[in-house]
Amino acid sequence: MTYTLQGSTGTWEIVCGLEVHAQVISRSKLFSGAATDFGSEPNSQVSLVDAAFPGMLPVLNEECVAQAVRTGLGLNAQINLNSRFDRKNYFYADLPSGYQISQFEQPIVGRGEVEVELPDGSARRIGITRLHLEQDAGKSLHDQDPSRSFIDLNRCGVALMEIVSEPDIRSPEEAGAYLRKLRTVLRYLGTCDGNMDEGSMRADVNVSVRHAGEPFRTRCEVKNVNSIRFVMLAIEAEARRQVEIWEAGQEVHQETRLFDPARNETRSMRSKEDAHDYRYFPDPDLLPLVLEQGWVARLKASLPELPDAKRARFVRDYGLTPYDAAVLVAEQSIAAFFETVASGRNARLAANWITGDFFAALNRTGRTIETSPVTAETLGALLDLMADGTINGRIAKEVFEAMVDTGAAPADIVQQRGLRQVTDTGAIDDAVNAVLAANPDKLAEYRSGKDKLFGFFVGQVMKAMAGRGNPALVNEALRARLSV
Amino acid sequence: MSLDPATVRRIAKLARIGVAEGDVARLQGELNGILGWIEQLSEVNVDGVEPLTGGAQIALRLRADAVTDGHIADAVLSNAPDRVGDFYTVPKVVE
Amino acid sequence: MTLTGLSIAEARAGLDARDFSAVELVQAHVDAAAALNPRLNAFITLTPELALAQAAGADAALGDGSAGPLAGIPLGIKDLFCTKGVRTTAGSRILDDFVPPYESTVTANLLRDGAVFLGKTNLDEFAMGSSNMTSAFGPVENPWKRAGDPGAVLVPGGSSGGSAAAVAARIAMGATGTDTGGSIRQPAALCGLAGIKPTYGRCSRWGVVAFASSLDHPGAFARTVQDSAMLLQSMAGFDPRDSTSVDRPVPDYAAACRRGVRGLRIGVPREYRADGMPEEVDRLWRQGLDWLRAAGATIVDVSLPHTRYGLATYYIVAPAEASSNLARYDGVRFGHREPGHDLTELYEHTRAAGFGEEVKRRILIGTYVLSAGYYDAYYLRAQKVRTLILHDFDQVFAEVDALLTPTTPNAAFAQGEKMDDPVAMYLNDVFTVPANMAGVPAMSVPAGLDGQGLPLGLQVIGRSWDEETVFAVAQVIEDAAGFSVLPALRAGVVR
Ligand SMILES: [Mg+2]
Ligand SMILES: [Zn+2]
Repeated sequence: MTYTLQGSTGTWEIVCGLEVHAQVISRSKLFSGAATDFGSEPNSQVSLVDAAFPGMLPVLNEECVAQAVRTGLGLNAQINLNSRFDRKNYFYADLPSGYQISQFEQPIVGRGEVEVELPDGSARRIGITRLHLEQDAGKSLHDQDPSRSFIDLNRCGVALMEIVSEPDIRSPEEAGAYLRKLRTVLRYLGTCDGNMDEGSMRADVNVSVRHAGEPFRTRCEVKNVNSIRFVMLAIEAEARRQVEIWEAGQEVHQETRLFDPARNETRSMRSKEDAHDYRYFPDPDLLPLVLEQGWVARLKASLPELPDAKRARFVRDYGLTPYDAAVLVAEQSIAAFFETVASGRNARLAANWITGDFFAALNRTGRTIETSPVTAETLGALLDLMADGTINGRIAKEVFEAMVDTGAAPADIVQQRGLRQVTDTGAIDDAVNAVLAANPDKLAEYRSGKDKLFGFFVGQVMKAMAGRGNPALVNEALRARLSV
Repeated sequence: MSLDPATVRRIAKLARIGVAEGDVARLQGELNGILGWIEQLSEVNVDGVEPLTGGAQIALRLRADAVTDGHIADAVLSNAPDRVGDFYTVPKVVE
Repeated sequence: MTLTGLSIAEARAGLDARDFSAVELVQAHVDAAAALNPRLNAFITLTPELALAQAAGADAALGDGSAGPLAGIPLGIKDLFCTKGVRTTAGSRILDDFVPPYESTVTANLLRDGAVFLGKTNLDEFAMGSSNMTSAFGPVENPWKRAGDPGAVLVPGGSSGGSAAAVAARIAMGATGTDTGGSIRQPAALCGLAGIKPTYGRCSRWGVVAFASSLDHPGAFARTVQDSAMLLQSMAGFDPRDSTSVDRPVPDYAAACRRGVRGLRIGVPREYRADGMPEEVDRLWRQGLDWLRAAGATIVDVSLPHTRYGLATYYIVAPAEASSNLARYDGVRFGHREPGHDLTELYEHTRAAGFGEEVKRRILIGTYVLSAGYYDAYYLRAQKVRTLILHDFDQVFAEVDALLTPTTPNAAFAQGEKMDDPVAMYLNDVFTVPANMAGVPAMSVPAGLDGQGLPLGLQVIGRSWDEETVFAVAQVIEDAAGFSVLPALRAGVVR
């Protein structure tokens, strides 16, 4: 799938790389013992270390290191046994120490890659350049007072993983698929909740354009885009802007921009007057971070089955299509739901029910897999009722809707509503005879060669039996009767 | 390498230290005196030498992930030159 | 008996024997401070009520047998150590009203052992200086006087000048200091005191206002080697809150003082024979070597070829780290604030008004050497030279057990001297800086007087973690020197 922009001077290709800031799941902050919970009272989750009081010193959180290593392993990336923390120096109201502790020259995780599945069924590999640990900043509130901004340091010092991709992304769709896949992997690993609304995953988008086959042109960075949809829109808007500039015979200047969703355009950030010069240097309050190979190996051994492996297993063991498998592994809870339903049953049928009626019901009722009245057990029971001939497929849809409405077990619904399938051939024969008698003209047409009317008769018989006739027996009885 | 007045102003800006225009020339002289003197390091052969980044020759120690701090807003704000409730304040920042 | 004239060891013996109470001991020092501090300006903040309350607590502990090893001993605390509820200024206007809600690890250790704090001692602003002339709270007068020139006001050295002056003048029995390039040893030498900078990682930096993190060493001043060992014993120890603190047991330093030097090999680094070293400094150095030889040590010529670059390396590394460490003084969460129309103005006004000239110079130098395009030429190169300096020490310590050098190239100078040229002032630390670069322990011990009757010190440098040998060597020099001259200004004597 090739995505291009058409300009007056020819066809333009997008070159895009993403820097994702993912908030690490940990109880306490990267370098202090203050809590990381979201939405607490202002400055309540702040230690004197976070507020950069004189003489306060950072001490690294082991779990944050483990989470970064788990993530690196999940991204098939190089784990650097020797890494280092550097200071990135700049002044800002929500950065108390005047520097952010980050990893510049020696990140904890090096090269890796992510395979993303596109809606057309194709797959792309997106390279990961690096992953490093760093501190989040605090929060400034600008709308509380006419002349002052208020500073809350609760988030200040919370651990972030900055995950930098290679400039391998060539379309907004690929960017979206990459972010969804990254989020899936992080959630599987339990290293980030991937919640973009609460800001626990944020993306900086680097965009440039070029004619196919050209070397890279100047890129611009669109900062802090906070939803997958906005990332896709921002890429398109920024690429369009750049194409217009190049085609007007002008130069794109490297700069930092912001995406304005209301106007669907990017704009230059005001604060670029002083060129950034972060003066990175190794943080002298910290020492080199040295990991033991054995520790990394133990983390690796304890990782859950990851989406790619699970998808391959679903294709291999359950005979699913790669696309269905990819849909089912997008979330661990869905994959587990599927495996419960599929266990000892027709797995493809289970997959169809889940990706079809079940997802549709969740959408319609605004529920999640955790709050759904239909459980994996009751959905499995429904499939069992079909398999043993208690109900037919058509009645199963009706029973399912009743399950969605009431949360009742399918056997009870069948019992109460008398939906049990009719296999009594006498009753079927009576219905066939009645339908044929009521439709002499159609019968004549059929007899004169209009074979397609067979389906009409089946439908009429089922209708007459309130949908409860066994479809095979109905077919058989009709065929026998019509061949006479 | 020697500093020109523009560089003096640029690093003062980076360091967020207000410097009166009348002080630039004096600072330029003082800083160049110091830089000229430390220039002697350029005569040391450092080929193949690893940089020494810290004072202690050990690996970093890690702490357990436990909440051991926080809920001390009073202490955190006890020295604030200006506060509103439990917020610090700064002149309004326009983004 | 004058209580202010006792050593810490003697005072502890007297307290244990009930010859006097801790309150009496502390009161004598509180009185000395009241009499002398207006002139010496050794303390920025005096806390007599707190000191007497602590003394009463020490007396109670002495009474019920729970007294710690420093119970009742009145100390001065360099105003770079954060002290809970007691103003801590770092000698800077930018922290002029800062009251920490926490106690530094080192001072907490001293309090745990029963020490009494008389107050916070003066220092060069943010410990940047070698004369105590850069303090926002005014200069400190060295209690020593040039022979025949009582009018000249001498500097106590720096940056821990207030601590050194307080101990020399018998206001405090000992004091804490910090040493980033010589800030304990140089003032110790200029004030006739013992001053120890232990191995990097031995004393926690938690709660100590940072100057240059990889070079800052908390340490101790006292009037005898033994006393400095007692203080360091209490101050030292592993602290999980400082990532550069090292988890090693602290040896018995007082016992180490009595070890002697028989069989030790003492190195004489030939590069320390700087051109233009005054003859009397050189003579004292040779005298020190003779004393050690006489006590059974072997003297060995050694070479530390890169030490001559120590000072230039220091003036890249220290300002670079300081420029970052001091970024937190922005007028938002604590300390001085100057108004501004916007955030940048607030920062620029606050920092322009809050920092003194030397601090600004160093922040600017540090900002420059880290900035884009200059990092490799300055900072990275300096870090590599630092490696070479460390290697020099490693190689030498494979051959010898300790090194002996002069502490400073000269005795105390007068206020106003060396003030015009920052570099001339920096040269004060030429002999002390290399030990900070390598993180090895070093101490200054008073060894004699110069031609004007001013004290001179010798420096003992040891292997990492081997403060014991440093104390042993220093003790032999102290015993041999028999340094018994008193400063002109001291408790009971105010001219
Ligand atoms: Mg970035
Ligand atoms: Zn980042």
